[in-house]
Amino acid sequence: MARTAVSGRLAWRVARLAEFRDETPTARTLVFDLPGWPGHLAGQHVDVRLTAADGYRAQRSYSLAAPADGDRIELTVQRVADGEVSEHLTGPYAIGDPVEIRGPVGGWFVWRPADLEPVLLVAGGSGIVPLMAMVRAHRAAGVRTPFKLIYSLRTPAELYYAEELRTPVAGLDVTYVYTREQPEGRDEIPRRINVATLNTAAWPAEFGATCFICGPTGFVETVADILVALGHDPHRIRTERFGPSRD
Amino acid sequence: MGVVTPGFQGRARSGNPRLPPGQYLAEDFPVLSAGPTPRVRTETWEFTVTTETGEKHAWSWSELTALPSEKFTVDIHCVTQWSKLDTRWRGVPVDTLVGGLDTAADYVMAHSYGGYTTNLPLADLLDGQAWIVYEYGGKPLTPEHGGPARLLVPHLYFWKSAKWVRGLELKTRDEPGFWENVGYHDYGDPWREQRYQGD
Ligand SMILES: Cc1cc2nc3c(=O)[nH]c(=O)nc-3n(C[C@H](O)[C@H](O)[C@H](O)COP(=O)(O)OP(=O)(O)OC[C@H]3O[C@@H](n4cnc5c(N)ncnc54)[C@H](O)[C@@H]3O)c2cc1C
Repeated sequence: MARTAVSGRLAWRVARLAEFRDETPTARTLVFDLPGWPGHLAGQHVDVRLTAADGYRAQRSYSLAAPADGDRIELTVQRVADGEVSEHLTGPYAIGDPVEIRGPVGGWFVWRPADLEPVLLVAGGSGIVPLMAMVRAHRAAGVRTPFKLIYSLRTPAELYYAEELRTPVAGLDVTYVYTREQPEGRDEIPRRINVATLNTAAWPAEFGATCFICGPTGFVETVADILVALGHDPHRIRTERFGPSRD
Repeated sequence: MGVVTPGFQGRARSGNPRLPPGQYLAEDFPVLSAGPTPRVRTETWEFTVTTETGEKHAWSWSELTALPSEKFTVDIHCVTQWSKLDTRWRGVPVDTLVGGLDTAADYVMAHSYGGYTTNLPLADLLDGQAWIVYEYGGKPLTPEHGGPARLLVPHLYFWKSAKWVRGLELKTRDEPGFWENVGYHDYGDPWREQRYQGD
């Protein structure tokens, strides 16, 4: 029955760190070997569980950063000061070390290559992670669905996936918004995403784009409110809120 | 015990007996929802209870807020692992709205402005366990937290406490709501860590 299939799918599996890449001084992409992984959709997340030698466990959710690729999955973890799990995963956690992972979870904040509507992705900080999985799934599928990505970050040093995003891809249009410090040579005042940004860089509401917004709560609230005010259909706006609960 | 991750120690455990397993104490009030915050005007707001035979009962904003209300203080627990202790609310007990109805239903689907749904056993909404609340911390409930009114069922994970609630549909069969349809637990007891189906 369906139920059994789901509970099987959500079993905890042992994953081991196969590779890692530092995205920024405080964010690390972790590539895991995860035998028996059933695959996933871009935008879904997993739960990661760490167990200490005394049996204590801590569990957190992390978005899948890349589309399904056999028994390998990628997460990108932002170190949170004093964060129980993120400090371990971006620090002492080493090649070959195990963690337990279950998933994939979430079937709402997902993009499928068969979806034909234009797509607007709006990322705040580490909220880029599930949106990057969509960008990569879009590229891998080679479909023509037009994508726009608006990526808000404090400073250029906080850019994740820098090299990959720098490489132009047909059908993907990227706008950066820097809130504290601009890259060298960019003559604009740092500012947060506002109506003007979305008016210029997002699809016009009549295009019926599906909008995915991910980032800290305040960011997601603001962007979603502006998109609604600009006439976007609230039913086409999907949000995922994470990052520290204190903005 | 699961597989041990070398070097992982975890944080000092709080040992607070009011915290369900896996939860941490939040001082702020995080906001989580699947889409934009609907702005619902009380002038046009309506709350309905529909029985399994299709009989419909409706309250306007002034009718609902004229009903006897309760002020109460409870702990709340979100599936994303924060808990908040001693939150203060005011609202109308679900007993007042559903108690007198002629129904054989065992289940309820809560419906929200904005389209969100969540399912619960009717028994979990009765006997002073659930409210339609419209005040938080002595002030009108803000839109981010589900205002003008939300369902509050503090003994279940908070996704069951539907924000922007617009009605309760009584049902003889259990059917999954919005998050339950994408793999979240049908019931959602924080003390048993019922996060996803199969937990
Ligand atoms: C669906 C979803 C997807 C996510 N995807 C990603 C992702 O792709 N990348 C990413 O980096 N993050 C992601 N997150 C966030 C992630 O799950 C964690 O919340 C984050 O890594 C912080 O966890 P932590 O254990 O390091 O910090 P925590 O230890 O949980 O601390 C976070 C904050 O909470 C407070 N806190 C927590 N526990 C306590 C305690 N016991 N006592 C006092 N204060 C406490 C601390 O003040 C701290 O500032 C996602 C979250 C969700 C819900």
